[in-house]
Amino acid sequence: MTARARFLDYVLLAGGVWLTWMLLFQWAGPEALSPPGATMRRVGDYLTSAQFWPHAAATGIAFAYACLIALAGGLALGFLLGANRLAGQVGEPILSSLYSIPKITLYPVILLVFGLGISAKVAFGALHGIFPVALFTIGALKNTSPVLLKTARVLRLAPLATARTVLLPAALPEIVTGLRIGFSATLLGTLIGELFASDQGLGFMLIRAMEAHKVLDIMALTLLLFGFAAIANMLLLAVERRMHRR
Amino acid sequence: MIRVRAFQVAVVGGAITILELLCRAGIVDRFTMIPPSEMLLALARVIGTEAWFWPDASYTLRNLAAAIALSVTGGFLIGLVVHAVPRLRRMLDPIFTSYYAVPTFVLYPLLIVFFGIGPASLVVLGALFGIVAMIAATVTAIDRIPRVLLKVARVSRLGPVRTALLMKLPAASPHLMTGLRLAVAYSVIGVIAGEFILSTEGIGRRVALAYNNFDNQTMYALLVLILAFVIALNAALGALEQALHRRWYRS
Repeated sequence: MTARARFLDYVLLAGGVWLTWMLLFQWAGPEALSPPGATMRRVGDYLTSAQFWPHAAATGIAFAYACLIALAGGLALGFLLGANRLAGQVGEPILSSLYSIPKITLYPVILLVFGLGISAKVAFGALHGIFPVALFTIGALKNTSPVLLKTARVLRLAPLATARTVLLPAALPEIVTGLRIGFSATLLGTLIGELFASDQGLGFMLIRAMEAHKVLDIMALTLLLFGFAAIANMLLLAVERRMHRR
Repeated sequence: MIRVRAFQVAVVGGAITILELLCRAGIVDRFTMIPPSEMLLALARVIGTEAWFWPDASYTLRNLAAAIALSVTGGFLIGLVVHAVPRLRRMLDPIFTSYYAVPTFVLYPLLIVFFGIGPASLVVLGALFGIVAMIAATVTAIDRIPRVLLKVARVSRLGPVRTALLMKLPAASPHLMTGLRLAVAYSVIGVIAGEFILSTEGIGRRVALAYNNFDNQTMYALLVLILAFVIALNAALGALEQALHRRWYRS
């Protein structure tokens, strides 16, 4: 697909979203939705206001820590359980049930353990992200073609050399998929943490707007976060596609 | 297989025992967490003696059932349409990939304005949160139907309905089941989160109330209940998935 066709797709998407939004606005009224034009202007206001950036920075820092923990922890857990057959069989179902539980229900526990502040947000973000990363890593290692492993044995590669030169390159595309999904989940977790357990950050701005029922602010912040997530995801997806093509 | 099960029981049991010991020894204080054994006792007490338990539980369950039904059927039907129009699919791709990175349930207050405080808002919230997972899974599921099966259907002169039911549906079922499990998980998040934030009834509201009143006994009892329910639901869906798989791929 050419770059031009893709660009046209995005234009059409933006137009379609705008149209649907307008229609919904006409239908639901200003108490339930803000009109798209005003919302975009509010997004612009945010991006140029001085009060916005400290909150964005607070979210960014918490998200960065949470990502680091989720990605490193998930990879370590995944390699540990994926390298050994029995460990994988034992661990994978446990991890996937942990992945499926609604972690939002655990927010009171996180609050009681970590208190208000950055550690609660980081913990909540990492808790969301670590399981998908680990599960994708295990899956990637499990699906490594047995021929590759046999080759490694024939070449008498040491375990560490096998991991580095055979397992990692073979599993990398799927691991990158896991990292992308972990990235999204971590962002969700960090924001939920901020909604319930914080006094600064974008999630905190959101919950304040919610409590005061400022429809325009809620919509503008959601749009902003969605835009950020979409751009980050598209970039990661581009990396992923390049990996898969190799 | 039995060995694997034994190891799993040992790992989970060990983790719970360690938690119990940490709580009993006072390393984790009672204001933070009560020992797991007390959580179970508290749960028994809540179920047995609290008058609000059954009405609130059935309120949440009804909303959950409606949200899951909506997100799964809606997601499946929209998925069919999206798959049939490749252009639409390419256009919507950015939305599908980033939908679950943002807590969409912050739009709940807007739903309340529209639907009022009550089951309708919670059901719509849960369905909105679950539906995208089902759409994406349906699209992938149809993608993964092997071409050869469609040729077999043509060779056997199956009509469109029988092709769909006998060939396409079984071939697509693994990914559809994945979508179903995700939609269930996300619908639960939506409904419970909505109840946390603003609701007049429901288990999620009871958790929030207990938390605000420092009533750790009730809070942990309800958390254990929710987690056990979701894990059991997930395991049941997993078992159903395997049973379907065995039935359709008998060799």
